[in-house]
Amino acid sequence: MDEQKPKRHPRQKMPEQHPKVRARNFDEVPLGYDKETARREAERCLQCKKPLCMSGCPVNVKIPEFLKLVKDGDWAGAARKIKETNALPSVCGRVCPQESQCEGQCVLGKKGEPVAIGRLERFCADYERNEKLVRLPEKAKPTGKKVAVVGSGPAGLTVAGDLILLGYEVTIFEALHKPGGVLVYGIPEFRLPKAIVDAEVKYLRDLGVKLALNTVVGRTRGLRELMERDGFDAVFIAVGAGLPHFMRIPGENLCGVFSSNEYLTRANLLRSYLFPIYDTPPPRGRNVAVVGGGNVAMDCVRSALRLGAENAYLVYRRSRTEMPARAEEIHHGEEEGVQFHLLTAPVEVLGDENGWVRGLKCVRMELGEPDESGRRRPMPVKGSEYVLDLDAVVIAIGAAANPLLTSTVPELKLNEKGYIETDERGRTSVPGVYAGGDIVTGQATVILAMGAGRQAALAMHEDLTKK
Amino acid sequence: MTRIIERREVAPNVHRLIVEAPQIAEKVRPGQFVIVMPDEEGERVPISVAEWDAKAGSIVLFFLEVGVSTMKLARKEKGEDLYAVVGPLGRPATIGKFGTVVLGGGCYGIGAITAIAKAMKEAGNRVIAISEGRSRYLLYNQDTLRRFVDECLEATTDGSAGKKGKVQDVLRDFAKREKVDMAYFVGCTFMMMRCAETAKELGIKTLVALNSLMLDGTGMCGVCRVSVGGKTRFACVDGPEFDGHDVDWLELFQRKAIFVRDEVTAYQFHACRALRRHEGGD
Ligand SMILES: Cc1cc2nc3c(=O)[nH]c(=O)nc-3n(C[C@H](O)[C@H](O)[C@H](O)COP(=O)(O)OP(=O)(O)OC[C@H]3O[C@@H](n4cnc5c(N)ncnc54)[C@H](O)[C@@H]3O)c2cc1C
Ligand SMILES: Cc1cc2nc3c(=O)[nH]c(=O)nc-3n(C[C@H](O)[C@H](O)[C@H](O)COP(=O)(O)OP(=O)(O)OC[C@H]3O[C@@H](n4cnc5c(N)ncnc54)[C@H](O)[C@@H]3O)c2cc1C
Ligand code: SF4
Ligand code: SF4
Ligand code: FES
Repeated sequence: MDEQKPKRHPRQKMPEQHPKVRARNFDEVPLGYDKETARREAERCLQCKKPLCMSGCPVNVKIPEFLKLVKDGDWAGAARKIKETNALPSVCGRVCPQESQCEGQCVLGKKGEPVAIGRLERFCADYERNEKLVRLPEKAKPTGKKVAVVGSGPAGLTVAGDLILLGYEVTIFEALHKPGGVLVYGIPEFRLPKAIVDAEVKYLRDLGVKLALNTVVGRTRGLRELMERDGFDAVFIAVGAGLPHFMRIPGENLCGVFSSNEYLTRANLLRSYLFPIYDTPPPRGRNVAVVGGGNVAMDCVRSALRLGAENAYLVYRRSRTEMPARAEEIHHGEEEGVQFHLLTAPVEVLGDENGWVRGLKCVRMELGEPDESGRRRPMPVKGSEYVLDLDAVVIAIGAAANPLLTSTVPELKLNEKGYIETDERGRTSVPGVYAGGDIVTGQATVILAMGAGRQAALAMHEDLTKK
Repeated sequence: MTRIIERREVAPNVHRLIVEAPQIAEKVRPGQFVIVMPDEEGERVPISVAEWDAKAGSIVLFFLEVGVSTMKLARKEKGEDLYAVVGPLGRPATIGKFGTVVLGGGCYGIGAITAIAKAMKEAGNRVIAISEGRSRYLLYNQDTLRRFVDECLEATTDGSAGKKGKVQDVLRDFAKREKVDMAYFVGCTFMMMRCAETAKELGIKTLVALNSLMLDGTGMCGVCRVSVGGKTRFACVDGPEFDGHDVDWLELFQRKAIFVRDEVTAYQFHACRALRRHEGGD
């Protein structure tokens, strides 16, 4: 049988909206594989006995096994295989930095191109959902215990999904009016359609997870109160890292300077790209500079084009190789006409007499000795200052821990940056209180947040059954 | 979804709204606010909690109809739902025994200041409330305020009630006859700025409840940042109360106007739509 022999054809392309067209709309950029392309791509897998790809995946998705099912045309089966370790494949297939994770390790990548694991993961999950083949798994016998999850980002959703199946009563408390965390307020529609997040949340609801939206834990409800008055046996904190960093340079409070969170929240969560059907005004700008080099910065600068910018600049102080954004996003941004000002750092935001941004004073940088992160430290080049003429600036240089909840629980141990300290299973210094995701690690990735959620769910189950 | 118990127009364009919000009613402290979304397409609008009844599980809000969101709120009737009400947000007001406390309210502040008036009185202060409006018929909530304060003074631009003038003019007169230990102002930005200036001249410690633009109200977006004493603060979590003498008022005015053009567009868009619906065309 030739079944074992891998096919030697190239990595299958995924059709995309044309850059000129998509740079002006909020629809998803890649259009996804069809069945035949998916099969052809899956055929490239060597079905390695020691699959390196799996070691690159933080949750060890059973990659060769699911790829085999794709090759055999059992797409829903493949989706279920993935879901054994990854609850949100339609999300991860779209947003994981595959080039540094699963695909980065695939043996085929050593000489040629790796198997498009992310695209196939996305395909299977989309297929299962679109064909309405998602089955509700059997729940374990009710344990009679109640668990509260604070925050509905990927970490919180994972814990809720795992514990409801183990027989717990689960309620998610979310401060915003829509569930999904960064998946709804941060990552734009053109990269992750909100209908997908909605479907994942509906799945949890169908399983019996309760959602308390518009509930700010620490304000509307105290953490202690959840346990002592509302009878929750354990709490999982997954409030993310939602405090925007500013640069502390002059002019940052000028009109037209936005944090990435404000910029993206307006555009995504509050749908201001559909203004005035939706009431929230969009953060407009004809000439927009985004400061930063990660996924957040790429999302902002590509949103700027879609919100009507004529010039959208990305200002980043290191070089392209150091940019932490997913390779695909940088590539997409380039195609769409984003103008990169690399090795460039902002010095001052310049304003006009009405308090509006008129420009960004920048200085060129060169790379010096490596710093503690191992990346070469950027140093300003004397006399290289120049001014970018602008009417909007977006600061996307990272986020910090929001103290809103943690400051109300003094006995909860935090590190010096304000993130919650936990053991490797997500246990905090307070018995019955667990934490995971960005509020523990600092801003990381969706899949790491989900991995932390899974670990914590197991630890909670273990601890709660011991009692 | 949050049920509306009552909405009443208490003065032209000023509404008193009672909503069912048991969790908020249980927790809220004077000076805190909620974020309200009239419907799914709506903005997230910050509104101060003026009164509450923990037993009945309800909160009272006053709002001034100025733009699309408050227009939508003004069209809601008893029994209808608001898409979202979140809170209580912000730090509670500084309440303590100061001596004689003067509270100044303008526009929505005449209503919003009720909670602070009550708490200041309960803390053992002599409390004077000053309300301002362009004319007598724009003064509202006076009967409620009178229940909590020692004196209820008024200022009107046309002189139809109380003193002809503004809150700061009444304050100036009052300070001549009595020592004032603390002043607290709630209302539109211009009024708070003018009052804070006068209070400074008179050497009175001053607190103001700022009303910057807001989105999440939890410290996540930074749109609410204000400069106070040369430092950037987030009004939703560090405030809304700040020392009135330290606020960079010019910056606040400018930042509040960031979206003015779109706000007008939105208002016209919705006003047209509402009219068409009214005429049976939509
Ligand atoms: C714009 C952007 C783009 C990104 N792109 C990628 C990408 O391409 N790939 C990738 O892997 N990662 C990406 N990331 C990072 C990734 O999204 C995060 O690491 C991940 O979402 C963290 O998940 P979480 O569950 O810890 O928290 P979050 O997703 O931040 O969710 C936290 C939730 O808790 C809620 N909350 C906060 N405080 C309270 C409270 N007191 N009470 C109740 N609820 C509360 C918040 O409203 C929020 O909904 C991106 C992040 C951003 C901001
Ligand atoms: C902490 C906090 C508490 C607040 N409490 C209250 C409250 O209790 N009641 C209340 O009514 N408002 C309150 N506000 C202000 C309220 O949030 C805004 O007035 C509201 O956002 C208006 O929304 P809109 O869409 O109706 O008007 P917008 O479309 O946002 O505004 C329309 C136009 O009216 C102008 N405008 C806004 N407010 C006023 C005003 N007060 N007087 C004159 N012109 C104005 C705007 O600059 C704009 O040009 C509070 C704000 C904050 C931050
Ligand atoms: S979850 Fe992410 S890293 Fe793991 S296999 Fe899927 S795309 Fe790759
Ligand atoms: S490493 Fe690559 S070729 Fe090998 S099993 Fe994984 S995906 Fe297939
Ligand atoms: S309203 Fe977003 S940080 Fe204050």
